[in-house]
Amino acid sequence: MSEYRGMFKVGECAKYYNTEDAKVVHEEPKGVDIHNVHVHDAVVVGAGLAGMFAALEIKKAGYDVACLTKVFPTRSHSGAAQGGIAAALANLEEDHVEWHFFDTVKGSDYLGDQDAIELMVKEAPRIIYEYEHMGVPFSRTPDGKIMQRYFGGHVKDFGRGKPVLRACMAADRTGHVLLHTLWEQCVKHQVRFYSEFFVLSLIIKDGKCIGVTAWDLINGGIHVFQAKAVVLATGGYGRCFSITTNSHANTADGLSLAMRAGLPLEDMEFVQFHPTGLAGSGILLSEGARGEGGYLINDLGERFMKRYAPDKMELAPRDVVSRAEWSEIEAGRGIGGQQYVYLDLRHLGAEKIKERLPQVRELAMKFAGVDPIEEPVPIQPTAHYSMGGIPTDIRCRVLADGKEKWLEGLWAAGECACVSVHGANRLGTNSLLDASVHGKRAGKDVVAYLSTNPVFEVLPEDAAEPAIKEVEWVLNSNGPERPAELRKILQENMYTLCGVFRDQEKLEKMYEIIKDLQKRYKNIHIEDRGTKFNTHLMEAIELGHLLETAEVIVASALNRTESRGAHYRTDYPKRDDDNWLKHTLAWRTEEGVKFDYKPVVITRFKPEERKY
Amino acid sequence: MAEYTFRIFRYDPEKDETGRIQEYRFEPEPGWTVLDALNYIKWNLDGSLTYRRACRHGICGSCGMTINGKNGLACETQLKDLGTTVVTIEPLRGFPVIKDLVVDMEPFYDKLYAIKPYLITKTPPPTDKERLQSPEDRKKLDGKYECILCGCCTSSCPTYWADKNFLGPNALLKAARFLFDSRDEGFEERVNAIDDKHGIWRCHTIFNCVEACPKELNPTQAIVDLRKLMLRGRL
Repeated sequence: MSEYRGMFKVGECAKYYNTEDAKVVHEEPKGVDIHNVHVHDAVVVGAGLAGMFAALEIKKAGYDVACLTKVFPTRSHSGAAQGGIAAALANLEEDHVEWHFFDTVKGSDYLGDQDAIELMVKEAPRIIYEYEHMGVPFSRTPDGKIMQRYFGGHVKDFGRGKPVLRACMAADRTGHVLLHTLWEQCVKHQVRFYSEFFVLSLIIKDGKCIGVTAWDLINGGIHVFQAKAVVLATGGYGRCFSITTNSHANTADGLSLAMRAGLPLEDMEFVQFHPTGLAGSGILLSEGARGEGGYLINDLGERFMKRYAPDKMELAPRDVVSRAEWSEIEAGRGIGGQQYVYLDLRHLGAEKIKERLPQVRELAMKFAGVDPIEEPVPIQPTAHYSMGGIPTDIRCRVLADGKEKWLEGLWAAGECACVSVHGANRLGTNSLLDASVHGKRAGKDVVAYLSTNPVFEVLPEDAAEPAIKEVEWVLNSNGPERPAELRKILQENMYTLCGVFRDQEKLEKMYEIIKDLQKRYKNIHIEDRGTKFNTHLMEAIELGHLLETAEVIVASALNRTESRGAHYRTDYPKRDDDNWLKHTLAWRTEEGVKFDYKPVVITRFKPEERKY
Repeated sequence: MAEYTFRIFRYDPEKDETGRIQEYRFEPEPGWTVLDALNYIKWNLDGSLTYRRACRHGICGSCGMTINGKNGLACETQLKDLGTTVVTIEPLRGFPVIKDLVVDMEPFYDKLYAIKPYLITKTPPPTDKERLQSPEDRKKLDGKYECILCGCCTSSCPTYWADKNFLGPNALLKAARFLFDSRDEGFEERVNAIDDKHGIWRCHTIFNCVEACPKELNPTQAIVDLRKLMLRGRL
């Protein structure tokens, strides 16, 4: 590849930037005054699928909506989803929403609320058609319909049949096309984005959510957004773990803001680990690598799956394979005694790898510097999806007590919310569906609410006080601790102590570590004291969110003395329906995490053993 | 790995009159990308270093920057593939610098808005069914719909450097993505912006955009295809 060094010599760019042609932005910042208040009918926090669908729905109904996002909308992590979005369209073979309903319930290990799941799978075909009408470039069948593919856990005939073609797809870029198309529609309908705005607090007055505060990352300064309706769509919390498929931006912001407003979180112990993350980073390698015949190898060169799933070997379900890998690692049979094993594709041959697994090869080469044709790829289980979140009802309204009482003015949708449609374990391709269906439903419910003409509540004088205090504290922090180091300690320990295998001893140790880190967090310092594009400030605040959320994850995991779905306790290895067929509600308080429970909604399918 | 020297463009709008180059020296670990090195610096050596990053696996488009003179995504550029232990990292050219490696992308997005970057239809879609599109028609979108809006192409375009009103390779690729979509009926709405001296006719087929695109797309081809489309439309 050639380089265009001719015009500007490398190293001379400093001068170049000082010319008129590409001037440096140094105008006085706009709207940095803390009394700068924006007024919108509705404010949506987050611009992934859930957030943009909600914003679009509200805007189309004629209301004034603002969408706040800490990254430009198309940078949101919904775009990273590859495989597909589930809907029983039956474009290629027989399929029924009832089958999809059953698979999702079974996949959830019977912890999903069946009323919510039924609504979601019924809504699925319509939402796919809506996406198509918006312009999503789906792959097509020979007769021009939306193409569908197989995906783990989606089968025919109420779990009894063969795999079914249910995942609607656009090559291996399904999330990317949905995210970009939604953004295009938002552009078309002129949704007002506040891009690179980092939300700092919810404004709650008399049990009602009346707005948010946010930090303008580019210009610096706190802004206050007054609204009749606030929708949280802030995504997941994979960054609590060192090895994760999640974006750097998935730092549990919305969850911790909800907790600070006194709300509980639901089912936080359930975090899905995917078995084939690139070692060191956790970047996802597709399940196709195992599907095409890849071997999993330990330090002794053994195909260790023979010990854990002698029949299915590498093709066993995600959680089984993740646990097998971790067993090998804990037994000291990770490669060189390290926390990873090998995915060996070499026996497939160069031709098959290039033809069938081009993306796996590309990812391994680009992000680990390893060519699977020549060398085995180091992999390890990677934190992938957070089933728990902010408790909502099926209208996406946030529940102040976690059970029935709506916190007026507040909705939540997508990965940050817990409706709950995924229960203890999410099926592949159901996350894009969840985000889309519930984003839209939240938007619709906001519209219904706004149509009753609620008034703008008067903002209290101290509406921005917590936000100002937090920013000033971080900007002036002078302690000895470095946020990046505390975050590293948190993430690495969360991965080993609250990861694939958990037990009382590990979790208690983790809880102590978090308590210690929370103390040390009070003594941090940051090295960037400026107000403009201060990502060090943002990372420090995000660390606060991670520490609070991780505490609730660990406490909830310690509290649930059974194994169900993604939550595996080696000291309680069996599912215990008698005692634990219920949702956890966890409140973070000064005296530690407090618990309550609510029953699982079971309408049609009685719990049975989850076997594949 | 050997010791590397990272020469990074720094500019703090609250302190600096102009940009400068700051050097960091350390030994990266095998398999590290440029983004890994930036993260190492930010988290261990200098917390004030500022850059955008999100997904760190080449799909969000946040970390476009100029690495040893060539545009690319920091997250998917392997250090060992650079062929040197001296790595110069600069912000994307042609856009105003906000701070360090962060540029103002608004001029870039504005070009996108100008071409109406959304499917335009007049025929109502079928109710509760998808519109049909043949696999052949769908294939026409390959190489166009995969764009991640990282800005590497437009920032590498000498024509854009000279004419900031030029729509640039990115916006024109996006226009092609819609104009060649069998479902789209927005030719009239887009033609004025595209068939303009700052539109398709401004491109000098320098092909920098093709070299720069981390997704291996070909905006120049799209521009040439659009020219043919416009000529046919006039005839």
